[in-house]
Amino acid sequence: MSKQLALVIDLNVCVGCHACVTSCKEWNTSGAAGFLSDDNPYGRDPTGTFFNRVQTFEVGEFPNTQTVHFPKSCLHCEDPPCVPVCPTGASYKRAEDGIVLVDYDKCIGCKYCSWACPYGAREVDEHQKVMKKCTLCVDRIYDETLPQAERKPACVMACPTSARLFGDVHDPESAVSQAIRDSGGYALMPEWGTHPANHYLPRRKTEITLHRDELERVDNPLKIDGKLPKPDPKTPSLDDSTSW
Amino acid sequence: MRPAFSVIFLTTLIGAGQGLFVALYSAEFGASLGFWAMPSAQYFSLGCALVLALLVAGLFASFFHLGRPERAWRSAAMWRSSWLSREVIVLPVFMAAVAAYGLVHHLRGAGDLTLALGGAGVALALLLFVCTGMIYACLPFLQEWHTPLTVINYLLLGCASGFLLSTAWASAQAPALLVAAAAWTGGVTLAALVTRAASLARNARLRPKSTVQTAIGVKHPRIVQKAQGFMGGSFNTRDFFHGKSYAWLRLVKWGFLLLVFPLPLALLAAGAALASPAVLAAAFVLQYLGLLAERWFFFAQARHPQNLYYQAIS
Repeated sequence: MSKQLALVIDLNVCVGCHACVTSCKEWNTSGAAGFLSDDNPYGRDPTGTFFNRVQTFEVGEFPNTQTVHFPKSCLHCEDPPCVPVCPTGASYKRAEDGIVLVDYDKCIGCKYCSWACPYGAREVDEHQKVMKKCTLCVDRIYDETLPQAERKPACVMACPTSARLFGDVHDPESAVSQAIRDSGGYALMPEWGTHPANHYLPRRKTEITLHRDELERVDNPLKIDGKLPKPDPKTPSLDDSTSW
Repeated sequence: MRPAFSVIFLTTLIGAGQGLFVALYSAEFGASLGFWAMPSAQYFSLGCALVLALLVAGLFASFFHLGRPERAWRSAAMWRSSWLSREVIVLPVFMAAVAAYGLVHHLRGAGDLTLALGGAGVALALLLFVCTGMIYACLPFLQEWHTPLTVINYLLLGCASGFLLSTAWASAQAPALLVAAAAWTGGVTLAALVTRAASLARNARLRPKSTVQTAIGVKHPRIVQKAQGFMGGSFNTRDFFHGKSYAWLRLVKWGFLLLVFPLPLALLAAGAALASPAVLAAAFVLQYLGLLAERWFFFAQARHPQNLYYQAIS
């Protein structure tokens, strides 16, 4: 089976720090494809193009609430609805690694692909007037001038809690496939049949079940806990020398 | 969705042009079968010029939708998969057919050649309606659009608009056609009323398939967004929200229902009875304004699932 690169995002670990957002913007505004729009960043009405956002949702009702920080970017669907609608072929899915990309030199900026994406993953660049989206840092992950350990998307490099994993979800032995398998990884909006390649790992409660006999030893051979009543001296024991 | 005026003008203008062409050809076809006298060559040649003017105006409006209009020629590439690409191809082919049909009428008058050319033109007009409608109907998660009624409404509303214009045109150029044209216009308009009302009824009962639960994959009945990740606006907050109140939407809905159906029909009856081109032209203009409102409502009513991710700024 062909390769499908993807991110696996662990919602149990994400703390909502936005480091992935800023590193993504930094890397992708500095590349050969030109800058990413960023207007009035310190003004009254800031706006710009981002490939990645961290959103926050509150689940449940007080006091039983959980805060879920939810990083959201292009999911690089296995069956991307944005690709067939593109009239120019600027939107395409790479056969060799499954990354969904936009050819900025072919895009006419008709925005039809953004209508066709249920996740809102695509954003128009207001200055270049073309559609842009997450590239999985395609200009970084194959860069042989970088050390092997750094050939990862900028967001994955930046995450301080390692909430973002990167790899081939078609390789059953890869770390991302194992994480999806072992931790209940799921896809967003499965109802549309887009089969997103990116997966999310659910929130998990970490609990240790302790039984009473694990805190206080039942047989208490050395009497060091001192909690058990001392038996009668005449009581026969297995080991005469140590009882009393 | 936020309605884009370029697309509103494109779809209403070419719809009227396609409908007018179908009406022109119906006039020739009926005359060739002996239902009424053959209208003058000028009725057809100038009528085709009017069709072309509407199509060119629509095409012109569509360029304002593009971020990079200079690359528009590229959009014919993906006709195997994209309805938008198919529309981009069919529209100029249809324009060529209309031009040829009008030119032959002008040079040689009605005959077998115009019947054949016009038949091809009508087929292209219908194909163009299908392409335009399918651009919207093919998107499954825009549930308001994902129905055959979308294509049927584009077809019938465009025909109603074009037939009404043809009635005004007939009252000026071919009075013998007037009664038949008015009757056809009334019939098409009433059919459009039925299908548009059907789509309104369908959309009123739609339940969104996507919820915030499926959007983030957490199965809890109560999930509230607390932050969308940024304080200002973005493409996602601008292009997918119409930003108008529910009351405004209701007003537009009842406004277009009034302007597209009963008012033009009343003017159509009065104009046909008085044989007045001015009244019939007024009916067309009034209905066209209503169709602009109809198309605005069509876009505004669609709720894009991406909006689930943009419910709260912070």
